[in-house]
Amino acid sequence: MTALETAGPAVTAGPAPRIERRPTRRNTRKWGEISLFAGPAVLVYVVFVLLPVVLAAYYSFFNWNGLGPLDRFIGLDNYTRLLADPVFHRSVYNNFFIIVLSLLIQGPLAILIALLMNRPLRFRGLLRALIFVPYVLSEVTAGLAWQILLQSVPPARWGPVDTLLQAIGIENPPAWLADPDVVMWTMFGILTWKYLGLAIILMLAGLSGVPEELYEAAALDGAGWWKTQWYITVPLLGPTIRIWAFLSIIGALQLFDMVWIVTGGGPLNASSTMAVYMVKNGLNVTQIGYGSAVAVVLFLISLVIALVYQRFALRRDLAGAITGGVR
Amino acid sequence: MNRRSTKLVALGATVGLAAFALAGCAPAAGGGDASGDGTTITWWHNGTGEPLKSFWEDVADEFEADHPGVTVKVEAFQNEDLQRTLIPNALQAGGDAAPDLFMVWAEGEIKAQVEAGYLKDLSGLTDVVESVGGAGTGWNVDGKQYGIPYRYGIEGIWYNADLFEKAGITEPPATFDEFGDAIEKLSASGVSPVGVGAADGWPAAHWWYQFAIKTCSPESLEKAADTLDFSDPCFVEAGENLKAWMDSFDGDLPFQSNPTSTPAQSVPNSSAGLLASQATAMELMGTWHRGEVAKLVPGAPADNPPAPEWLAWMPVPDIEGAEGAPGAALGSGDAWGVYADAPDETLDLLEYVMSEDVQKRFAATGEIPTVAGAEAGITDPVLKQIADGTVGASLVVTWLDTQYGPVIGQAMNDAIVALMFGDGTPESVPDAMNAAAATL
Repeated sequence: MTALETAGPAVTAGPAPRIERRPTRRNTRKWGEISLFAGPAVLVYVVFVLLPVVLAAYYSFFNWNGLGPLDRFIGLDNYTRLLADPVFHRSVYNNFFIIVLSLLIQGPLAILIALLMNRPLRFRGLLRALIFVPYVLSEVTAGLAWQILLQSVPPARWGPVDTLLQAIGIENPPAWLADPDVVMWTMFGILTWKYLGLAIILMLAGLSGVPEELYEAAALDGAGWWKTQWYITVPLLGPTIRIWAFLSIIGALQLFDMVWIVTGGGPLNASSTMAVYMVKNGLNVTQIGYGSAVAVVLFLISLVIALVYQRFALRRDLAGAITGGVR
Repeated sequence: MNRRSTKLVALGATVGLAAFALAGCAPAAGGGDASGDGTTITWWHNGTGEPLKSFWEDVADEFEADHPGVTVKVEAFQNEDLQRTLIPNALQAGGDAAPDLFMVWAEGEIKAQVEAGYLKDLSGLTDVVESVGGAGTGWNVDGKQYGIPYRYGIEGIWYNADLFEKAGITEPPATFDEFGDAIEKLSASGVSPVGVGAADGWPAAHWWYQFAIKTCSPESLEKAADTLDFSDPCFVEAGENLKAWMDSFDGDLPFQSNPTSTPAQSVPNSSAGLLASQATAMELMGTWHRGEVAKLVPGAPADNPPAPEWLAWMPVPDIEGAEGAPGAALGSGDAWGVYADAPDETLDLLEYVMSEDVQKRFAATGEIPTVAGAEAGITDPVLKQIADGTVGASLVVTWLDTQYGPVIGQAMNDAIVALMFGDGTPESVPDAMNAAAATL
C-alpha cells in the first residue's frame, strides 16, 4: 500500500511535466515571434486607432471645450443637437451626393477610358502618364489652382475658366464656387479630375489580368468588340471594380481636404461635408465634446457601409483572407 | 492566430502602452522648469515672418544677457496652429510641456483658460498693467489681469488713394452718406468699390459688427456681453440697417461679385489680394491688413515687402442719427499671458518685453504698441493715424466674435453671411446667437 502509494505519484508525476513543458517552450517561442512581428503594428493600431475611437465616444457625452477636467456630463445632448442641425443634414447629403455620382459617373468613365487605352494606341505611355498627373499633385496645390481658375475677378464677374468658356460661345457660365446650387457639382468635377487617373490605372491593371485566350475564343465565336468587352472584360474586371468602388466610397465619406481648400465648406455651408462640419463646429470653436459626437457619427456611418459592402460585395474577393482564419 | 495568443499580444500591447504613457508623463508630473543649474523659459508667439521673428529673438537674447543662468527658448508658430492646437494641448498636458510666456486671446478665450486654472494673475505687475491703460480691458477676468496686450488697434477702412483720386473723390468720406457717394463714384470709374472675403465669414461679419456698435447703445452691448442674451431689439435693427444700406446700391454693390467664394487673406484671389492688385478700392480690416496687402502686391519681394504707397486708412464713418455712441470703434490686439506654474523669471521677462524701450522698437518695425509713450516709435504716417484713431475713439469694442467666444462667434458670423448674401433675415442673426449660447 505504502509502496504503491509512493510509487503511484512518482510514475504519474514523472512524465506529466515533460508533456507540458515541451509545448510550453514551443508556445512561448511562437508567442514571442507573434508579439515581435505583430506587436509594433498592434501597438500603433491600439494607440492611434482604437484608443482615439474610444476616447471620442467618451468625450461625446460631455460638454467639453478641451481645457480643464471632463466634468459636464450631458448624456446624448450632443447627438440630439447634431441630428437636428440642418447644416449637418446638408453635410451628410453632400457626402452621399459625391458617393452616388462617383459610382454612377466616375466608375463607368474610368472603365471606358481604360478599355480604349488598353488597345494598341499611339503615345499610349504618354497618355497614361498625363491621365495620372492630377492624382500625383498635392491636394492643396490642386485645390488652390482650381480656386484661382474658378474664382471671378472683379470688376467683371468672370474668372479664367469663364473667359475660356465665353471664347467658345458659352455666354453666361454659372458662379462655380459662389452659387450654393452649383458648388457641389463643381466639387464633383474637381474630384473627378483629381481621382479619375487612379481609377483608370486600377482598371488598366485589372485588364492586364484578363487571359488573352478568352478574347481569342470570343473572336472565333464571332463576338464583336463591344460584346467581347461586355461579356468577358467587365465580368472579369469585377474584383477590380469592387475594390475601386470601396476605395471611392470611403474616400467620399472622409472628403475633407479638397473642400476645405477650395470652398471651406461654403458658400453658406452649401459644400460642407461631415468632416468639414466636424472641424468647423468641433475643433475651430473648441467644442471638443460636440466635435467628438460628429466623429462618432461619421465613424458609425463609415463602419456600417464598410461592413455591409464587405459582406455583400467583396465577399468573394476576400474569401480566405478574412472569412477563414489561419490557425 | 488563436485566442490565447491574441490575449497575450493584447497584454503585451497594454504593458507597452503603460510604459509609453509612463515615459510620456514622468517628466510632466515633476512640474516646474528648473533644469539643472539654470532656468529655462519657453516663449511661444505667432510672429513667424520677418521682421518680428528676429525681433523677438533679439529681445530674448538681451534678456538672457542681463540675467545669467536664464535661458529663453523663443519659438514662432503659425497663428491658427498656435491658438487652436498647440497652446490648448500644451496647457492640458501641463508641467514642462506648457510654455511659460505665450499669446492669449481676449475675452471668451482667456476666460476659459482662467477658469481651467492655467494662467497666472498678473495684477501684481501694476506698472505694466497701468502702462497699457484701457487696452488691457479685454484680458481682465473678474477684476484680475491675466493678459498684457502688446499690440492694439482699431479697425478701419483701408483704401486705394490712387483709385479714389481717379474716381474724383478728393476727401475721405466723413459720414455714411458721403461714404455711399464715394462707392457710387468708384463704381462709375470702373472698379469694384468694396472687397470682402465672405468665404471666411468673419470679414463680412465685421460689417454687421460696425452696424451693431453704431446702432446699439454702449449699455445694450455691455449687457449682451455679460449675459450672452441677444434679445435686445437693437441687434435686429443693426441687421435691418446693414441690409438697407446694401440694398441702396445696384446689383452686387457695394461689394465685389461672388463675395461668398472669396477668401480673406494669403492668396492672390483673396479680398486682400484684390485690394493689392487694385481690382477693389476699399476693405474693412484690422491693423494687420497693411502687411497682408503688402505681401500680395503683384511682384512684391518675399522678404519685408513694403506697403504700397497708395494704401491709406480712414476710420469707419458714423451713421447719422443712430443710437450708438458717436466715435465708437471696433478693435482688439494681441497679448502675453503667463502659465500658472511658470518660473518667477518669466514675470521679469514679461516686464522687459513690455518696457517702453522694447515697445518703441516694436513700433518701429511697423506695429502699433500699447505702452504709453511707445507710440513715439511709430515712423509710418498711416500707422500713426491708426494709433491716434485708437486713442481718440470714444469707445473701443472688442471684435464681437472674440467677445462672445468662438461658439456664439461662429454661429453669428455664419448667420451674418446668410443675411448679407443668402436667405437670412435680420432676426436670424440674434436667433442663431441665442441658440448657440444655449449650447455653452
